[in-house]
Amino acid sequence: MIFMNIHEYQAKEILRQHGIPVPPGEVATTPAEAERSARRLGGTVVVKAQVHAGGRGKAGGVQLASAPEQARAHAAKILGMRIKGLEVQKVLITPAEEIASESYVGVVVDRASQRPVFMVSREGGIDIEEVAARSPQAIRKLAVDTRYGLLPYQAFWLAATLYDDAAQQRACSKILLQLYRAFVESGASLAEINPLITTPAGEVKAIDAKINVDDNELFRRPDIAALRDSSAEPPAETAAREAGLTYIKLDGNIGAVVNGAGLAMATMDLIKYYGGEPANFLDIGGSSNPDKVVNALTIITSDPNVRTILFNIFGGITRCDDVANGIVEATRRIQMRVPLVIRLTGTNERQAVEILEQAGFSASTSMDEVVQRAVELASRA
Amino acid sequence: MAIFADETTRLLVQGITGRDGSFHTREMLEYGTKVVGGVTPGRRGQGFEGVDGKTIPVFDTMDRAVAETGANVSVIYVPPAFAADAIMEATDAGVALIVAITEGIPVLDMARVVPFVRERKVRLLGPNCPGLLSPGRSKVGIMPGTIATRGPVGVVSRSGTLTYEVVYQLTLAGIGQSTCIGIGGDPIVGTSFIDCLEAFQADEETRAIVLIGEIGGTDEQDAAAFIQRRVTKPVVGFIAGQTAPPGRRMGHAGAIISGSAGTAAEKTEAFEKNGIPVARRPTDVVGLIREVL
Repeated sequence: MIFMNIHEYQAKEILRQHGIPVPPGEVATTPAEAERSARRLGGTVVVKAQVHAGGRGKAGGVQLASAPEQARAHAAKILGMRIKGLEVQKVLITPAEEIASESYVGVVVDRASQRPVFMVSREGGIDIEEVAARSPQAIRKLAVDTRYGLLPYQAFWLAATLYDDAAQQRACSKILLQLYRAFVESGASLAEINPLITTPAGEVKAIDAKINVDDNELFRRPDIAALRDSSAEPPAETAAREAGLTYIKLDGNIGAVVNGAGLAMATMDLIKYYGGEPANFLDIGGSSNPDKVVNALTIITSDPNVRTILFNIFGGITRCDDVANGIVEATRRIQMRVPLVIRLTGTNERQAVEILEQAGFSASTSMDEVVQRAVELASRA
Repeated sequence: MAIFADETTRLLVQGITGRDGSFHTREMLEYGTKVVGGVTPGRRGQGFEGVDGKTIPVFDTMDRAVAETGANVSVIYVPPAFAADAIMEATDAGVALIVAITEGIPVLDMARVVPFVRERKVRLLGPNCPGLLSPGRSKVGIMPGTIATRGPVGVVSRSGTLTYEVVYQLTLAGIGQSTCIGIGGDPIVGTSFIDCLEAFQADEETRAIVLIGEIGGTDEQDAAAFIQRRVTKPVVGFIAGQTAPPGRRMGHAGAIISGSAGTAAEKTEAFEKNGIPVARRPTDVVGLIREVL
């Protein structure tokens, strides 16, 4: 499923609004701001890269600073750093906590049980995926019937697997109930606290948080939709999303415009099968209007690696004539510097072929044929 | 025979007056599907102009529509904001099968809808699916009717257009289909691969099955295990996404919960381990099906 990423500091704000104990924090976009925040917060702080990628710690994007000047120096290094290809534009400054134990708690929509499922583990910290692979029994799972929500006794069952101390069990139960409410009310597909810590004084606190929002919820949650930080996403992917397309840039030289995610993946697989390299995954979706095709071609031609562009359209709810009109319109508006290879079949195929032929294009009905042709053209260019 | 929809299907279209609903209602009528009515609140008595000068009655509510037409199947084209309610309305109105074409329904809505439908013993196909096509008998949804022909192969898939591709290849090779089904690509759907496999196994017309999967989740692995235990008819597989870059679409929690990354390699292995041959290209499905027919 497609989801919207939000930053750690935004996820923490949502948790705070639901009453979960989260230490204070301030966001900085310059080293000077980071220094001022560190001074205001006082004591040792953590400077944390705010970027839509995992493995921030391993990449050097999370640093302890014992003095405000040091926070400034760390921020200077972290801001502008690239983590998994994404530039860090913001850092979160938050007090360093003393940690007695680290747990993992999360809730995620699960395909298999068709419900939100809680997962909790005493082995919190950065390597929860590894825990899952190495010792799955260390993770306790509980499926929630959304019609009743997480029930108090269920929250207590989970809390009791994490803590032996009665006060901590109560505190954790409350946090889990609040986390479930935050998950539902933000339209999330995932909400996790990792780690949920205990301090030497016995308090239970959330010191890192992640929330992914189901894209399909955004139409009815304008406050959540407003949290999107487009500047933190790859620019071509933002442009594609705004045009109603799903685009993922890859390293090859054959641009592909396909309708439907399954067929788009199968097209990429077939490009590889015939010895080529796809430049992208691009799904124009259903009900396409000609503008979508114009936008798709604009995005693909902005990738300098692209040597040829392949259209693979199997009309169903998408009408081939809409796509053909889009191709004709796009080539009028954009200077095409690479050849187009077109396959169209299905709904309104005949009208589409006529439109294309009048504009001087030819279209095939065979997927294998056009993919082979695209691979050949790309290797020649 | 066919599964889920055939010549006895009497269909209502929820959202019949919308752009997609009206276009595909005419496509279904041209295919020969018995569309007996449509529902759009506030449009009662308006009438929908079908094909060959015939008018289809339009109702305000599903209960009236079912009572007056004797419909047994509903197909839904309403926008995502209203789709969950439309599915539950159809369930309560008494149809046996609901096909939800709508794309973009919030997953937490479906987490409420699926148990509601299941407890009332109604079958839901989708959402975010192309529907189903029993060639020569009934088409419910958006699959292009021209690509299919009647025959012995059952086709089930998580994808839309990739299903068309495989069905079209089979038809070009002269191999017909009993029923073609797209179960939908959303995380929570009403009908699983296993439900379809069970129905194809019981269907006399179906002699072989094509299962088209894709990366993510464990539906294909579960289907492979089910086939090993319960399906005696030959099954041929295809998995899309062999070259997809890892970790771009699914977050980590998806992997944690299933204990699996849901890669094409894992799924292919699960199929082959259970004696299900996997086609490398969509066209290779044809050769593998020929071998088993």
